[in-house]
Amino acid sequence: MSWVSKTLNSTLGKKLIMALTGIFLILFLVVHLAGNLQLILPDDGKSFNVYAETMASNPLIRIVSILNFGFILLHAVYAAILTRHNKKSRPIGYAVSKASENSSWSSRSMGILGTLILIFLLVHLRGFWYELKFGEVPIVTYDGVSYKDTFAIVSAAYQNIFYVIFYVVSMGVLAFHLAHGFSSAFQTLGINHKKYTPFIKKLGLAFAIIVPALFALIPIIMFIQGS
Amino acid sequence: MNLTLKVWRQKNPSDKGGFKDYTLSGISSDMSFLEMLDVLNEDLSEKGDDPVHFDHDCREGICGMCSLYINGQPHGPTQTTTCQLHMRSFKDGDTITIEPWRASSFPIIKDLVVDRSSFDRIIQSGGYVSVNTGGVPDANEIPIPKIIADEAFDSATCIGCGACVAACKNASAMLFVSAKISQLALLPQGKVEKRGRAEKMVAQMDDEGFGACTNTGACSAECPKGIDLSNIARMNREYFAASLSTEEH
Repeated sequence: MSWVSKTLNSTLGKKLIMALTGIFLILFLVVHLAGNLQLILPDDGKSFNVYAETMASNPLIRIVSILNFGFILLHAVYAAILTRHNKKSRPIGYAVSKASENSSWSSRSMGILGTLILIFLLVHLRGFWYELKFGEVPIVTYDGVSYKDTFAIVSAAYQNIFYVIFYVVSMGVLAFHLAHGFSSAFQTLGINHKKYTPFIKKLGLAFAIIVPALFALIPIIMFIQGS
Repeated sequence: MNLTLKVWRQKNPSDKGGFKDYTLSGISSDMSFLEMLDVLNEDLSEKGDDPVHFDHDCREGICGMCSLYINGQPHGPTQTTTCQLHMRSFKDGDTITIEPWRASSFPIIKDLVVDRSSFDRIIQSGGYVSVNTGGVPDANEIPIPKIIADEAFDSATCIGCGACVAACKNASAMLFVSAKISQLALLPQGKVEKRGRAEKMVAQMDDEGFGACTNTGACSAECPKGIDLSNIARMNREYFAASLSTEEH
């Protein structure tokens, strides 16, 4: 076995993969949010449509998006491998457990939270990514140039109250996942310092609240605007 | 104090085992938890029953021999060893559930006694300094910053009881292994071999079947010696640096 696979196959190496892919996905969330916030600009979706078209046609963004799919998959697959391994390490549990005395709920529920996020992602990709790629998308023209009217697809989807509720709840799940995941990734990378760790923890908590909240705000605003 | 105990009884490693209820009366709140169990065992012996088997040795909180998962927490409700846990932490009429450490790497020998020799094998794989470093050097002969000396000392206070494994939802031994790696990596005598040591000890830890770390912090919160999570971060650094820099491949 080469030293690379030996390292990555150790329990520490598997966690390293979780941390690195996790940090990439955290950065992805920021970029995705910046794009999405254009949905609520009062210009009938012009800037969002132009942005979506630019993203879809830029070759660099295409490479990053393939990487992104890969990392999501890697994050999920390694989570499953680790969960299986960890379950084997304690085949018989305790009759009485006071886990809440020593750890946070989100840190103990990363697996279930992650599974819910994966389900959300599948619905999300079916609703938007698949529709834009393979569905029929209306065309809109700005200054003589025609664009796919991505905004129309999104705003139509957000007229369904159940869809909006599903999105908002999923962002709540994401918030709990990030509340532990953000700072945990740094600890796994070996970054733990009296000066910086308290800051990383606070930053992680702020990120876990602000980013999902802004994501959730978009479908709520668009639902209210549409009705 | 009057108490009801729910104790895990298991005849041997292959026995299925189960909880058995016992009632105790006239327990003093000044007794240690182990003294309370001594009272129970005296009762059982007098009746001709098999006493409850549990690990203990120094009863001073320094040897790491006692264990027990008490009412859902390793070493019970206070952050100390079971031998230093006193009955004043409980109330008259309480029901106390006593379970063994649960981990596939800590197989049950009998009742509440588990085999923690997996920890010994991890230490044997690299938790030492290979050469004789002689007697105690003169003070200040080898300059070590106070902050480093303190940190190494804090790591070295790990008594290897296994509460970290018992507390962890993954039965991970990372807090134990990282404390042992840290105490040696921080000081000049141990520093020389720190890279190879991290690789060997982590490999042995994985071979023993301990779980991975989710950074829940349960280990540190339950550790009777309060070993800090920064040890695990240091172990990760040492291990990744070792696999990138050592010449064996």
